[in-house]
Amino acid sequence: MTALISLTGINKYYGDYHALRDVDLEIAEGEFFSLLGPSGCGKTTLLRTIAGFEDVTDGVVLIDGADMAGVAANLRPTNMVFQSYAIFPHLTVAQNVGFGLRKSGMSRSDKAQAVQDALEMVGLGGFGARAAHALSGGQRQRVALARALILKPKVLLLDEPLSALDKKLREQMQTELRRLQRQVGITFILVTHDQEEALIMSDRVAVMFEGRIAQLADPQTLYRRPLTRQVGDFIGVMNFLPAQFKPVGDLITADIAGLGQAELASEQCPAGPVTGGGAVGIRPEILSILFQGETTSQRETVGQVIERAYYGDMTYYDVRLDDVDAPVTISMKNLIDRPVLERDDRARVSWDPRALVGFSD
Amino acid sequence: MTLRIYAIAYMIFLYAPVLLLPVFAFNDSPVIAFPLKGFTWGWFNDLAGIGALHDAVKNSLWIACMSAIIATGLGICAARAATRFEFPAKRGIMGLIMIPLVLPEIIVAVSLLVVLVQILNLPLSNWTIIAAHVLICMPFSIAILNGAFSNLDNSLEEAALDLGESRFAAFRLVTLPLVMPGIISSLLISFTISLDEFIIAFFLSGSEPTMPVYIWGLLRFPQRLPAVMALGTILVILSIVLLVIAEYFRRRGLKRAGLKDTGGFL
Repeated sequence: MTALISLTGINKYYGDYHALRDVDLEIAEGEFFSLLGPSGCGKTTLLRTIAGFEDVTDGVVLIDGADMAGVAANLRPTNMVFQSYAIFPHLTVAQNVGFGLRKSGMSRSDKAQAVQDALEMVGLGGFGARAAHALSGGQRQRVALARALILKPKVLLLDEPLSALDKKLREQMQTELRRLQRQVGITFILVTHDQEEALIMSDRVAVMFEGRIAQLADPQTLYRRPLTRQVGDFIGVMNFLPAQFKPVGDLITADIAGLGQAELASEQCPAGPVTGGGAVGIRPEILSILFQGETTSQRETVGQVIERAYYGDMTYYDVRLDDVDAPVTISMKNLIDRPVLERDDRARVSWDPRALVGFSD
Repeated sequence: MTLRIYAIAYMIFLYAPVLLLPVFAFNDSPVIAFPLKGFTWGWFNDLAGIGALHDAVKNSLWIACMSAIIATGLGICAARAATRFEFPAKRGIMGLIMIPLVLPEIIVAVSLLVVLVQILNLPLSNWTIIAAHVLICMPFSIAILNGAFSNLDNSLEEAALDLGESRFAAFRLVTLPLVMPGIISSLLISFTISLDEFIIAFFLSGSEPTMPVYIWGLLRFPQRLPAVMALGTILVILSIVLLVIAEYFRRRGLKRAGLKDTGGFL
């Protein structure tokens, strides 16, 4: 894997505010990469650093082997889709898309053809002559994409491109963006605060908190083996139960509140072996409720339903395991012959020790 | 109901004197009084014959054009700085620029006279008037242009930059066309303000009077009064035309950018 983008020791200060802290990152050619984190975590600043809109206080940005220090945004092989789309309102759709070709030296007809191709690629074939300010949100997004991709950049930077769209359209655009990225083969770097979006679309995800990369992994690793409680909590839902850890040979035994004793393999402590006090993380779908007469080959414990939320395809239960104060969330698929428990019902809960993750905090 | 009557009375009080201008401009009598005698174009013909008035009008037009251009140019810089950048004491500086809006003009005129003549020892000329008119036009120019610039999304210029244009080209290709209606609007309003400004021009003009100063001079000759009415009629029409054009461009700008109208001068 050759790195198309390589960031080394990136630090960024705004006055006293430390926006980026020692960021090291390599992104491969053709990768769909996401920067994920809550607002204010520095993900947009990092993206703008790559685009050339922000200078780094310290550190090196390489794009395709070339040092970007002192290279202005207009000279970098990157193009950006802005959060507001930044469609030029005084131009037509075709003029917007063809804006970057002004200095390309292409002939008029070549330019018109390129604009036509770009518009067709994003599904806006007949829209060229329309006024830009008359477009809907989804159409603006497509124009912004076509305008950025027409220049065939090495990297396409996307700053929360879907956050302004409603849920249905957002889901549709997620699939479409992914398809488009495979089709053009350009490296995409997506900034998002939506963890689901990052998991759905990306080859790899960097989770950022307070200017630092907390974990850099593919979506499955990120979900199943979060490095820290913070990451586990941010990606999806994770239950945390207090636990006492003790290493025994290659394994670590955990004494978990509400669940009892379990043995964890070393890869179940992604941040390294844990000893002493800590917590065990467990996803809602790993816990299941056993209904009348059902048995399990897995481990079993008991609790009481204190709340339930019916979602149609799923039911989410908040269950207080006996001897534990905080409730755990359990998700159950709603099968045709499966009852839905009510509040205050007693519940038998089964769990698989192989899916536990150990944290030292 | 009372409110409606009040509003109508208010409008009559405000505009009736202006409406009297054309009435007496076409009245065939050297005395400004009712009853009216008859219709005449004579006073307008008289205007055409006064050479000194023509010079004064030319002077005024030159001063108004220069004041409008300089005030708008400075206004563009100030509005862009105010909407795009953060700098220390920004609010204070912007407030300071707007102060001429509330300062009594006579105070401004006297203090400028003192500064120009006593301290800087400059001769009074059209340029001293232009400098002073720029000062009083700036608040209007900035108010209009601030509106135009703050409607702009900051990422528009960044997008142009990102698509390969230089900073200047990004400004020229994206920002300028979008704020152009504001610029035209500011030019026209500054022009109008400068054209009929009297107090400052009276204090700061050298040997060549501006049109309002010349008109004031005419008032010493009662038989000239109807000609002044005729000139006033022309000025009122010109002012209204300019303001309507300014407002047209302001609205067109909003429409072009697909924005909601948040009020203007008309």
